[in-house]
Amino acid sequence: MTSFLDPFAALQRLQQAVEESMSSRGLGGSTAGRGAHPPVNVFQRGGDILLVAELPGIDKQTLDVQIHRNHVRIAGSRSTAAPEGTSVHRRERQSGAFDRTLTVPFAIDLDAARAEHKDGILWLTLPRAEADKPRTIEVF
Amino acid sequence: MTDEPMKVHEKRESSPGREQTTPGKTYSPDTDIYETEEALVVVMDLPGVDRGRLSVSLERDQLRVEGGIDFSAYEGLSPVYTEYNVGHFSRTFALSSKIDRDGITARIAGGVLTLTLPKSPEQQPRRIRVT
Repeated sequence: MTSFLDPFAALQRLQQAVEESMSSRGLGGSTAGRGAHPPVNVFQRGGDILLVAELPGIDKQTLDVQIHRNHVRIAGSRSTAAPEGTSVHRRERQSGAFDRTLTVPFAIDLDAARAEHKDGILWLTLPRAEADKPRTIEVF
Repeated sequence: MTDEPMKVHEKRESSPGREQTTPGKTYSPDTDIYETEEALVVVMDLPGVDRGRLSVSLERDQLRVEGGIDFSAYEGLSPVYTEYNVGHFSRTFALSSKIDRDGITARIAGGVLTLTLPKSPEQQPRRIRVT
């Protein structure tokens, strides 16, 4: 029962266990809010990470992409209401708001990060910050 | 404007009315259909489909929409973590009202297709003046 001797260490372990249980396998405890909208696919290209999400019918003006250190937040909303005075036969397209934060396993180069919304797909290129890259040190 | 949180729902695979000859999965796009006095309007989510890869056909009251994805955008990328599948889209609808084929308009923007299918004049409701 050594774990309770140090309450802070115990808390930290508990926090880690909770985070691990909620995390996905792929990025190894690095994405938060799994299951939230929008679903994302994560790719690697060289040292960069590419986040891809399907966001059809979303106005670029209402799409909010924020990057802070190693967190990416994607928020926005869309409305799919039919014009008034029409009879609705089928309604499958969702409307509403979304707000999702993802964590990548490195610090992002904020100046080099790019977001493109094309044909209803959001492509987020997240290069690793130069300061965060491993450096080889010459051995004398 | 609603601010209900959007939920994630799994993409449904489409049930093709014919055998597939292209590899890969095909998904059924989420669709809204509403009717005005003059036309039937079909709105479809087709993320990743541009004008060049879209085909809309109307044959014997069967409306078929096919949207292709450009997989070349994914070349050279190694997947790290995936939450949704990527594939072409296709869906067929049986239309109940007669459509004026020449008046059909299709517009795709931002991954959303809007199809306006004007009803043929004899199908439109007529107002009868009561004397």
